[in-house]
Amino acid sequence: MSLREGEVRIPSGCAISGIMNRKGYLFSGHDIIQSIALMHDRSNGLGGGFAAYGIYPDYADHYAIHMFYEDSFCREETELFINDHFNVEVGGRIPTRKVSSITEAPIIWRYFVQPKAEKVMEMDLEEDEYVARLVMQINAKFPGSFVVSSGKNMGAFKGVGYPEDIGEFYKLDSYKGYLWTAHGRFPTNTPGWWGGAHPFTLLDWSIVHNGEISSYDANRRYIEMFGYKCTLQTDTEVITYLFDLLLRKQGLPLKAVVTAMAAPLWSNIERLAPEERELVKAIRTVYSPLLVNGPFSIILGSRKGFVALNDRIKLRALVAAEKDDFIYVASEESAIREICSNPDRLWSVAGGEPVIGLLEGVEEL
Amino acid sequence: MNQNITIDAKGIYYRQLNEAIKASLQDKINTIELQNVNGQRYIGAGITNDATISIQGTPGNDLAAYMDGLTLQVYGNAQDGVANTMNKGTIIIHGDAGDALGYAMRGGEVYVKGSVGYRVAIHMKEFQEKVPLVVVGGKAGSFFGEYMAGGILILLGLRGREEQPIVGDYCGTGMHGGIMYIRGSVEEHKLGKEVKPVEMTEEDHQRLALYVGRFAEHFGEDKEEILAQPFTKLIPYNKRPYGNLYVGA
Amino acid sequence: MKVNYLMPEFLIDRDEQRCTHCRICVHQCANEAHLWNDKKKIVYGEDQNCVNCHRCVATCPTRALRIRNYPLEYKNNAHWTPHYIKSIFKQANSGGILLAGMGCDRPYPVYWDHLLINASQVTNPSIDPLREPMELKTFLGRKPEKLSFQNGKLAEALPPQVELDIPIMFAAMSFGAISLNAMTSLAMAAKEMGTCYNTGEGGLHSSLYQYGENTIVQVASGRFGIDPEYLNAGTAIEIKIGQGAKPGIGGHLPGEKVGMDVSQTRMIPEGSDAISPAPHHDIYSIEDLRQLIYSLKEATNYTKPVAVKIAAVHNSAAIASGIARAGADIIVLDGLRGGTGAAPLRTRDSVGIPIELALAAVDQRLRNESIRNEVSLVVAGSIRCSSDVVKAIALGADACYIGTAALIALGCHMCQKCYTGKCNWGIATQNPKLTKRLDPEEGAERAANLLRAWSREIKEMLGGMGINALESLRGNRLMLRGIDLSERDLAILGVKAAGE
Repeated sequence: MSLREGEVRIPSGCAISGIMNRKGYLFSGHDIIQSIALMHDRSNGLGGGFAAYGIYPDYADHYAIHMFYEDSFCREETELFINDHFNVEVGGRIPTRKVSSITEAPIIWRYFVQPKAEKVMEMDLEEDEYVARLVMQINAKFPGSFVVSSGKNMGAFKGVGYPEDIGEFYKLDSYKGYLWTAHGRFPTNTPGWWGGAHPFTLLDWSIVHNGEISSYDANRRYIEMFGYKCTLQTDTEVITYLFDLLLRKQGLPLKAVVTAMAAPLWSNIERLAPEERELVKAIRTVYSPLLVNGPFSIILGSRKGFVALNDRIKLRALVAAEKDDFIYVASEESAIREICSNPDRLWSVAGGEPVIGLLEGVEEL
Repeated sequence: MNQNITIDAKGIYYRQLNEAIKASLQDKINTIELQNVNGQRYIGAGITNDATISIQGTPGNDLAAYMDGLTLQVYGNAQDGVANTMNKGTIIIHGDAGDALGYAMRGGEVYVKGSVGYRVAIHMKEFQEKVPLVVVGGKAGSFFGEYMAGGILILLGLRGREEQPIVGDYCGTGMHGGIMYIRGSVEEHKLGKEVKPVEMTEEDHQRLALYVGRFAEHFGEDKEEILAQPFTKLIPYNKRPYGNLYVGA
Repeated sequence: MKVNYLMPEFLIDRDEQRCTHCRICVHQCANEAHLWNDKKKIVYGEDQNCVNCHRCVATCPTRALRIRNYPLEYKNNAHWTPHYIKSIFKQANSGGILLAGMGCDRPYPVYWDHLLINASQVTNPSIDPLREPMELKTFLGRKPEKLSFQNGKLAEALPPQVELDIPIMFAAMSFGAISLNAMTSLAMAAKEMGTCYNTGEGGLHSSLYQYGENTIVQVASGRFGIDPEYLNAGTAIEIKIGQGAKPGIGGHLPGEKVGMDVSQTRMIPEGSDAISPAPHHDIYSIEDLRQLIYSLKEATNYTKPVAVKIAAVHNSAAIASGIARAGADIIVLDGLRGGTGAAPLRTRDSVGIPIELALAAVDQRLRNESIRNEVSLVVAGSIRCSSDVVKAIALGADACYIGTAALIALGCHMCQKCYTGKCNWGIATQNPKLTKRLDPEEGAERAANLLRAWSREIKEMLGGMGINALESLRGNRLMLRGIDLSERDLAILGVKAAGE
């Protein structure tokens, strides 16, 4: 039997795409499916997925827990744990439709929950931290159960297959969100485990990512000092945790986070104005284990917006465009043109240069 | 011109206290009085200056470490590590002092009215015009002058715990330089195997008169009375105690 | 007649047809292995005195000399090897402690040689270091757990850092153990290459103050040459607790090596023994280490990172953790094979553990305790080549010290007789006739060349792994695989087996 993500490290190439409406206008999953479908040849049918924000307005204050279960026994076990730690408002199967190419789907479930106040108090944690820890606990301690996503008013939908088929399977054309990201995966090998598909998420964060980074173990061993457990051994997982640590836990400005992860070269730092130079030098000195090295392009989604970034010497492609209130990023220009044939502005993103899309009135991710 | 300042050290952490001292010295202040000192470490450490600091209370460890010129008056007891690797300056302690006073001290003078702990003047050195001096009015613990490589060490035994001898065991063990004077006699079994008592010369008497005189002046004692009793002089057998210890592999 | 049980170690093989009896070998050999017979007007050899340092071979104008192992065979015995038999003869003769120079030469496993480095193929690209940027810059010093910002600016300045262009420094070797020309060579090379050399515990010679930015000044138990000026002269201060060649014991520079210059620099009288006690007598416990660290910070107004160097011993991981908590900014680990000017042979060869294992254990322990990023970790004691450096960094080191390798670059031929003070290459000696053989300019060029060559090789290997900044290799153990190691070794090193 071949080993799963988490039991072995599986390199993977990919396609990514993202669309956001800055004013928070909700639109269906149709466009994002079309965009990622155009890059069909960048995936190999072994993984596809989407993250969608703004899709659960009726439960906007609840954490939406998306789950994969291998069998109903796993579900019952895990539900005991969930019920123990959360007040579950609603729970049930996520609706899917039959698609001939999608087989061996797990049991896919979702719950809208609130953390039990007394437990949060008892552990003396912020609500988000409480949820993050329980998510990591479920993934580490309940074999056969996997948390697909755990944010508010958002969800991840993923599986083994081409992304367009996955979108069809989850009926994403029936959801409406203001921010969509998508991923088509090209792993070197996979046992066909649905949990291994992307996006990877934690709380509101979702990451779609392309490329195999060379700094994986340096990044992983650093982040694990802060209580994170990299159970999947994937780049996407570790990058998500890096963002979570710096943005949520340490409260760093997004610009500093981007500087840490895609640090400018020392020769460029030397040429900066003195004050800026000291700042960048300090970030690079202190956060050197967080430099993400090797090829990557990523889209980090959150309920406030997204940031797209690629590595500092541009080993992966990334294109961005704007049209009215919409902002687009994708691995290829054609994937944008497919859904927005005539953008107001379209540019090829430079190495280490972030594309930041924030909702109106929001200043930081 | 004399410039004075008083600093109340009560509840101040050593880092802030020493910053305040350094800032005062920068402002050309040459007499600093520290009040309510209790446990603050490193007073005078690493400072090159010829000002005077008087300390009321119990200064913390490593008083005057690497010190280079200051005069410190301590009105109270000092703890461990006084004059650690000190280069220059004078310390006058109107009380007792702890262990390892004068460790690796290269220059300057330390006068202690009372007794001192273990390993005092350990690895004290000398170099050219720098000949460090430690005068102890009371008694000393074991390993007095261990590894001593230079300087002058004087032990008077004028006061201290009655049941204690003037000096503990292993006195001068590993000593390979410098001179030690102990008022009265020391039993042979207390001496380290590298030292031997020798006859006092006229030069020794003159030297003792000078330094005991300074000691008496600092603490208002009777110099002649102290000098009336005979002293034991200890020096190392040779400067190469370990010459035959090794054979090439 | 009293029989000498000890036969010579080496045989001087002089080709009589080539030898012109020019006497160069006689002048070159401070060990008096070549002698002149004035009556017969010939040069002859005294095998007993030869240490096999190759100086005569290298300087013989007619290539008339060869040095061989002395052809004296003991009866085969796997247990009582000639080494032990000869050692007993020597000790039975003298009653002395066996003394040796350089590092442990016993055939313990060399873990560097059981680690293999990764390279990128297809799934991510290798990088061409000759044409694309490749960064080796390294900062040593305490890093805060996180940065705080106020209005887009840093809320607090960073603690002081040592900025290195390459992750290789010259290890502590004192003036006294090595010659001033050797030290000057290393200081100049360090400046040229943007790295540091280390004074060792013998003080800082007045002519070397100009290399302050590239100097780490050491504070050891003997406290030689230490005054406020010295403490402020370098870019960092290193407290030496122990060294890999002789963990747990002190040092002893014999009086005959304390000439005028050494005396001035150590600030002790000429001709006196310079004894470094085994412990610092102000450190009998871990909280005392904190006291010394902060006394040095106070004395330098918190402008210098303070390093603490320990020998790699069984409990290094816990000790290192304590050192970090005591306030050290840099931890230096010196392994079993670290060199020395003189060490008791049995200590040198039997005390301590290999640096590879100590490094892996310390790095992992500091990570388990979430404090790895707050201190820098420098390793020493057996780094022979650039791939050793790469492996050390991947195991978790921030930088390496090289001592033996640096001396070999200056001409050392590893005869291991540093303690005699008769180094024919002018390195481990204070004899002016010998020290002048090492020209500092030439030495500096050779030492700098070594660093340059290794830097190029490191960049090649980094590029191969698809990494263009050294920090992404640091602790990146996935870039290593073990070969021919036990499960236990693999677990301690934290690497997978080749093929996994």
